[in-house]
Amino acid sequence: MQIQMTVNEKKIQADIAPDMLLIDFLRAHGCYSVKRGCETSNCGLCTVFMDDRPVLSCSLLAARADGHKVTTLEGLQEEAEGFGAFIADQGAEQCGFCNPGFMMNGIAMFRENPDPTDEEILEYLAGNLCRCSGYEGQLRGIRSYIEYKKQQADEKGGDA
Amino acid sequence: MLTINQYVKASSLEEAYELNQKKSNVILGGMLWLKMQKRNVGTAIDLSGLGLDAIEETEEAYRIGAMVTLRHLELHGGLNALTQGAARESVRRIVGVQFRNMATVGGSVFGRYGFSDVLTFLMAAGAQVELYKAGRMPVETFAYLPYDRDILTHVIVPKRSMKAAYLSQRNTKTDFPVAACCVVQDMDAGGEIRCVIGARPMKAVCLRDERGILAEGITAGSAQAFGDYVTETVETGTNLRGSAQYRKIVAGVLAKRALLQIAGLEERA
Repeated sequence: MQIQMTVNEKKIQADIAPDMLLIDFLRAHGCYSVKRGCETSNCGLCTVFMDDRPVLSCSLLAARADGHKVTTLEGLQEEAEGFGAFIADQGAEQCGFCNPGFMMNGIAMFRENPDPTDEEILEYLAGNLCRCSGYEGQLRGIRSYIEYKKQQADEKGGDA
Repeated sequence: MLTINQYVKASSLEEAYELNQKKSNVILGGMLWLKMQKRNVGTAIDLSGLGLDAIEETEEAYRIGAMVTLRHLELHGGLNALTQGAARESVRRIVGVQFRNMATVGGSVFGRYGFSDVLTFLMAAGAQVELYKAGRMPVETFAYLPYDRDILTHVIVPKRSMKAAYLSQRNTKTDFPVAACCVVQDMDAGGEIRCVIGARPMKAVCLRDERGILAEGITAGSAQAFGDYVTETVETGTNLRGSAQYRKIVAGVLAKRALLQIAGLEERA
């Protein structure tokens, strides 16, 4: 069947099988950040945005994304770099396989709630599993990123 | 593995209903549970083009479309104000935000799953389902009907004056519950207490205060006694998450705590 979707602001038309999953569609179109972790809709590694909402691409038919806007980490390089550096600074991750899904859902969280509490962070990111760490490093990284963003905002405010 | 031969985005409920009469065809909800099955689907029927993804508010009720996501339910101000956050509490522990952005209310309710938090909440809230052919009926009735080829289009939560609390016990944060409990005191039904136990792991069941344990009001003592009644009465089963006996005890504790919460005798978490 024919579908058309906008992936990272680029229009893609393709002829797909009715049961093709979005993750396979995206990887076939060069979005290798999208990872398959658990196959049971539980780990969050395959997180992408559909119409700016985070979803599990391993459990979504590509057919259902027809006519929609899909964003992967490849399309969010700038946002990901700033945030990612703070996670890396904490040495939070070891193998890094869970990183793209974590970045995506972290970005989704900041868009919904720019100044989350620890409890809100843990709740929002509960569906992103990491099998190397105990999430403490990630939490420290997120806290210092929030601090940095606040400082930046304060400095900007001070100038005005 | 799930295979699908054909995908149809239905353009009307009638079309979806016609397609759904064939046994090898299936209506898609969020497709999360469906995907876990080994199944060859003829035609996957998608209802997402039928405007069923909205929560409409009327004078008397909230009418939740079948394609409304669990995340939408979680963040809905009106429903959470009506139920003192029980709507949110019933879904916030389910996997993650991404999952809840996909899983649908219709899928959860039509499936009548033995692990369902959503069914537990809606049954206690006194909700009704709206089916394309069979019309309206209480969730409590629908839960025990045999599976048929009808289409669930809406779930209606009546705006009744109620006190509600939702609690669940999970082995780990994002897992299915070992037991779930939603207690509602329905002021528009003479203060009737509905105590629904879910994840038994059978379909949720509603226990009422048939012995009048709470007739004199909810106190530390009567809540404890009702909890004991729940432990004694509720039918449970064993699976890898917990034994039947353990579930009975947990269900009783959850019922007691939920009662204390609605009476304002225990703080909400």
